[in-house]
Amino acid sequence: MSNLLSLTTFLPVLGVLLLLFVPKDSKSVLRGVALAVTAVTFVVSLPILTGFQTNAEFQFVENMPWIAAGPFVMRYNIGVDGISLWLVILTTFIMPIAVLSTFTAVEEKVKEYMICLLLLETGMLGAFISLDLFLFYIFWEVMLIPMYFMIGIWGGKNRIYAAVKFFVYTMVGSLLMLVALIFLYFKGLEAGIPDFGLLQLFNLKLDLSTQIWLFMAFAFAFAIKVPMFPLHTWLPDAHTEAPTAGSVILAAILLKMGTYGYVRFAMPLFPEAAHKFAPVIATLAVIGIVYASLVAMMQEDVKKLVAYSSVAHLGFVMLGVFAFNQQGITGGMLQMLNHGVSTGALFLIVGFIYERRHTRLITDFGGLSKQMPVFATIFMIVTFSSIGLPGTNGFVGEFLVLIGAFESELRWWTIVATSGVILSAVYMLWVFQRVMFGELDNPKNQKLLDLNAREVGIMVPLIALIFFMGLYPKPFIDKMDPAIKKLVSQVRPVSMTAQAPAAIPVMPAGHPGMEIPAAEQNLPAGNAH
Amino acid sequence: MENLNSYLIVSAILFSIGTIGVLTRKNAIVMFMCIELMLNAVNLTFVAFSRYLGNLDGQVFVFFVMTVAAAEAAVGLALMIAFYNNRESIDVDDVNLMKW
Amino acid sequence: MFDNVWLIPLFPLIGFLINGFFGKKIKNEAVIGGIGTLMIFLSFIVSCGILMQMIGLPAEQRVFEKVVFPWIHSGNLKVDMAFLLDPLSCVMIMVVTGVGTLIHLYSIGYMHGEEGFYRFFAYLNLFCMSMLLLVLGNNMLVMFIGWEGVGLCSYLLIGYYFHKKSAGDAAKKAFVMNRVGDFGFLIGMFTLFWWFGSNHNIWTINFTEIKAASHLLPYGGVVTVATLCFFLGATGKSAQLPLYTWLPDAMEGPTPVSALIHAATMVTAGVYMIGRMSFVFIKSPETMMVVAVIGAATAIFAATIGTAQNDIKRVLAYSTVSQLGFMFLAMGVGAFTAGIFHLMTHAFFKACLFLGSGSVIHSMHHALHHAHSHDDAQDMRNMGGLKSAMPITFITFLVSTIAIAGIPGFSGFFSKDEILWQAFSNPFHGQLNMVLWGVGAIAACFTAFYMFRLVFMTFFGECRITPKAKGHLHESPLVITIPLMVLGLLAVVGGYIGLPKLIGDMLGGIPNYFEHWLEPVFAQAHEYSTQYAHAGGHHSHSLEWGLMGLSVVIALIGITIAFTLYIKNTELPGKFTATFPALHRAVYNKWYMDELYDFAIVNPCKALGRFLWKGFDVVVIDGIVNGVANVVLGFSGIFRFIQSGLIGNYAWSMAFGVVVILGYYVFK
Repeated sequence: MSNLLSLTTFLPVLGVLLLLFVPKDSKSVLRGVALAVTAVTFVVSLPILTGFQTNAEFQFVENMPWIAAGPFVMRYNIGVDGISLWLVILTTFIMPIAVLSTFTAVEEKVKEYMICLLLLETGMLGAFISLDLFLFYIFWEVMLIPMYFMIGIWGGKNRIYAAVKFFVYTMVGSLLMLVALIFLYFKGLEAGIPDFGLLQLFNLKLDLSTQIWLFMAFAFAFAIKVPMFPLHTWLPDAHTEAPTAGSVILAAILLKMGTYGYVRFAMPLFPEAAHKFAPVIATLAVIGIVYASLVAMMQEDVKKLVAYSSVAHLGFVMLGVFAFNQQGITGGMLQMLNHGVSTGALFLIVGFIYERRHTRLITDFGGLSKQMPVFATIFMIVTFSSIGLPGTNGFVGEFLVLIGAFESELRWWTIVATSGVILSAVYMLWVFQRVMFGELDNPKNQKLLDLNAREVGIMVPLIALIFFMGLYPKPFIDKMDPAIKKLVSQVRPVSMTAQAPAAIPVMPAGHPGMEIPAAEQNLPAGNAH
Repeated sequence: MENLNSYLIVSAILFSIGTIGVLTRKNAIVMFMCIELMLNAVNLTFVAFSRYLGNLDGQVFVFFVMTVAAAEAAVGLALMIAFYNNRESIDVDDVNLMKW
Repeated sequence: MFDNVWLIPLFPLIGFLINGFFGKKIKNEAVIGGIGTLMIFLSFIVSCGILMQMIGLPAEQRVFEKVVFPWIHSGNLKVDMAFLLDPLSCVMIMVVTGVGTLIHLYSIGYMHGEEGFYRFFAYLNLFCMSMLLLVLGNNMLVMFIGWEGVGLCSYLLIGYYFHKKSAGDAAKKAFVMNRVGDFGFLIGMFTLFWWFGSNHNIWTINFTEIKAASHLLPYGGVVTVATLCFFLGATGKSAQLPLYTWLPDAMEGPTPVSALIHAATMVTAGVYMIGRMSFVFIKSPETMMVVAVIGAATAIFAATIGTAQNDIKRVLAYSTVSQLGFMFLAMGVGAFTAGIFHLMTHAFFKACLFLGSGSVIHSMHHALHHAHSHDDAQDMRNMGGLKSAMPITFITFLVSTIAIAGIPGFSGFFSKDEILWQAFSNPFHGQLNMVLWGVGAIAACFTAFYMFRLVFMTFFGECRITPKAKGHLHESPLVITIPLMVLGLLAVVGGYIGLPKLIGDMLGGIPNYFEHWLEPVFAQAHEYSTQYAHAGGHHSHSLEWGLMGLSVVIALIGITIAFTLYIKNTELPGKFTATFPALHRAVYNKWYMDELYDFAIVNPCKALGRFLWKGFDVVVIDGIVNGVANVVLGFSGIFRFIQSGLIGNYAWSMAFGVVVILGYYVFK
């Protein structure tokens, strides 16, 4: 099917139309429809995975004219490659789980809630598959609105503050990105590129100072979304206030938008600037890892702790991505998926106990293992996945990130980052101990029920994925490998020529610049075949 | 068409009456009618110029304006009825919730 | 048979899955324990088959690699789930599966009636699988899975009685300390990978490939960095200074766990790792020295603490730390075979000691329980005179104690004496050799002392529990005593496969089988060592005999002191404590190491975390964010007065605006 991607992306919108006809009060029907729509979307997205040819090209491409207004030409141009493929699948995979998790958690305004969830899914999918910068921007903003409402309407006590903070933070970044985007478009027009098409813009040669300004604007927008230290403070607030499904989606997918933005846009569009900024970004990433871990250690609220652990995990992703080599970026991509699965699962777990006890304070718990053995087992598996124990998914990504970064120029940063391995064990095990171990002395905890079938059903696919990705990550790596190889060649430091005197003519577009010795260091010959 | 000026003068007078009405009256219905008056004054200008310049652009615009005015009448009157139901008045000075 | 190597870790995995998923429903302890024991026993059989086959091969063919499935392939990094069989891993799988089987069997009796019986066996099987992965892995990453896997199981099993806060704390402490070591392991791995890759375009973390390329490594320099990092990993896992404090706390776990994980197998992983990478370690004289010094220091440091503990398991825990120190001392002086040999004999006698102590605790617990006493079943001050009540336990315990003390004829003597002799005569450390040997000898003296103190306090003298409870003391059931007897036997005879050359020659030319067996593994390392080791490693036989005699005398001195203090003049220890209260307090409180860590690391980290959160995150960053918002809010606070809410005002201002604009264009 040629328009499979569009179908996947807009199925949730069709679901919204369907939901509009369901009466407000039949909550179970609303829930059922939303679940069915997300499940169908997942099923529909599977042929994308199976039909994906393992090569570096964009596939399932749809490209047609969309808006032509004055000097601006926007096209409806979508497609997936190995980098976005897994994120699309992750999105469609997480959504039914997120919907299922709200069955008993949300009792008010169910209809609106489900509509928000479905709109959010379309926004996220669209952002991942856009190959037109303007289209990407639209979807990028579309995601923002349902999430804003989800935090602001169904959130906790301090929800308005958190929602506004989330919105304004993101908006500041995206407006800068919009300006950069339009500037880039005019630069493209000068070079004869008639629209916002990403693939053509990749070949655009910009001088270094332009690249730096544009990169800074893009990087700022994405850094807020990631979020990187010191732009991370919206995240703990947003997470603590958001309802469970909101937190799950926020952690599992929305944060990936930032790191994906770097990989898809900021780095290949402005390779020289990216190299120039690599030390800065690596420094912030490493600070983020250590800083967030230390802060997480001292949290009193489980959800806030998980939120800070996200900041640390995403720090690993950024470090890997800015290693500019195969292992680093592969590790970064895997770490994105892992974080989606593990942290998503952690938020679900926090949701389970919040639903039962209506508190998230660590001190209110203790000794739950005795009362809830199934829950304890699941929590433990997810905890160790988050710590990055070998055999679980967390390890593979973290390991590749670290080894990739160690090979690159970021060696010293890597050593600091590796200490995150220790710190993550400290804060995760400490919270696990305080919640699950010890005496079951709080009378309110003594009547807690273990997970029911629905809750176990939510967790089982995640647990299965945790082990599958940890023990046999090959299919994941293989599919993304060619695309990453291409990316690595795109971002290879041509800067040596750009800064060199004009005697060397600018490389023709698409030429990977094999003969530059500086590039060889990062990419040994054994890698090519 | 040599007497364009007369049309414009009539139109200007109508517009001014409308403006003054909007500014001085407090009754929402009256204000609303004054706005209609202003719109029609503009319409008159459009038609006059259309005739004077010999093309139909102005006439097309008049149709747009009339459509908008009709929509506005519908929405505006609905609002007023809703407002009257709440406040037993259509005095615009009572509509002051949208302020600091 | 070699091709079936993957079965070895698979069986325990199956056991784990069965007991983990269905154990709760099976309920029948015999079935659960039977499955767990059977699975590891099957592994043992496969291991035996592999050993037989390997013995049949000529020495140079005793290497076999088996790729099970490709694991991580990315760019120039290719890591497979693959196993390596060579004499070294053969020794290890035999020890792990053999001792493992016995301990599983023992656990059926020991854990009888415990809540979560199935959980225990599931974890124990999972541990065996991880440990087997660790020793079988053909590359650092598979080893690392095992490395972390055993850490996980250790965490789970130490925290087995999770409702006790001390158990939870101990479990967490063990895992985190191990993680500190893992940090070193990872960095070491990265360094080697990067160095080989960027300098020689060899991108590998595979042991055999690194071995083949190890001639490219320089002496010292980057190798020192990498090996020191690896050694940090080893200190974490094997409880050496400065990362040893978790092991004594780990005694919170059930006793079979202490025997299997914290004595026989897991804690020796660091020693094994150095043995596995001997060809890298040997290339750095500096690291070798550090390993030897840390080993010797740990040996004596832990031994001193062991002399003052009253908890029977804690004494054994410190003894384990000390014995591991001996193994590292061996590694550090280039006596890899001796280190691995001691690893094996230690596995026998220390497992026997732990299981014996478990048997004692088990019996004490029952007796105290029946007498409704709340005395501590593990405190030696409550024991005494148990030898008549528990003869089998007593004899096996005594045999193992003699072995660890280093009395000739028992396994511990051969291995420990070999280490001391190598420490004295090795060609690497020059003048330091004397110190290493001296420290080792004194530590051996302490070992003999505290072990016999333990035996005397527990099995001899008057029984110190109430007479009512005393009547309930009885020997443990067969399922517990059989493993004790087997291990006790091994503790005696295990040493004879590695007779020192001197003794072997005297007995009519019995070769050192163990050394011959491991020779191919360490040949490469020995070849490198000749590059820088100074000559003059020749010492006369009479000197060796003399030192051997001396170490026997030292052991006897230790035993005599223990005998004097705890059998003859039982009031003497009290007097001693009264005379040197500060010293006793310091030793009793483990030289205040835990407090030092709390003070120097844990509390500052917590304070920093709290400051970064409350101080930096909330005040600085959010201060700026909210500050910007407040500035905007302030301005809009002024401008909002324009919004009067009166439509008339808006209309007037609009009209005014129109007039101004029109006026501007008309009159400009």
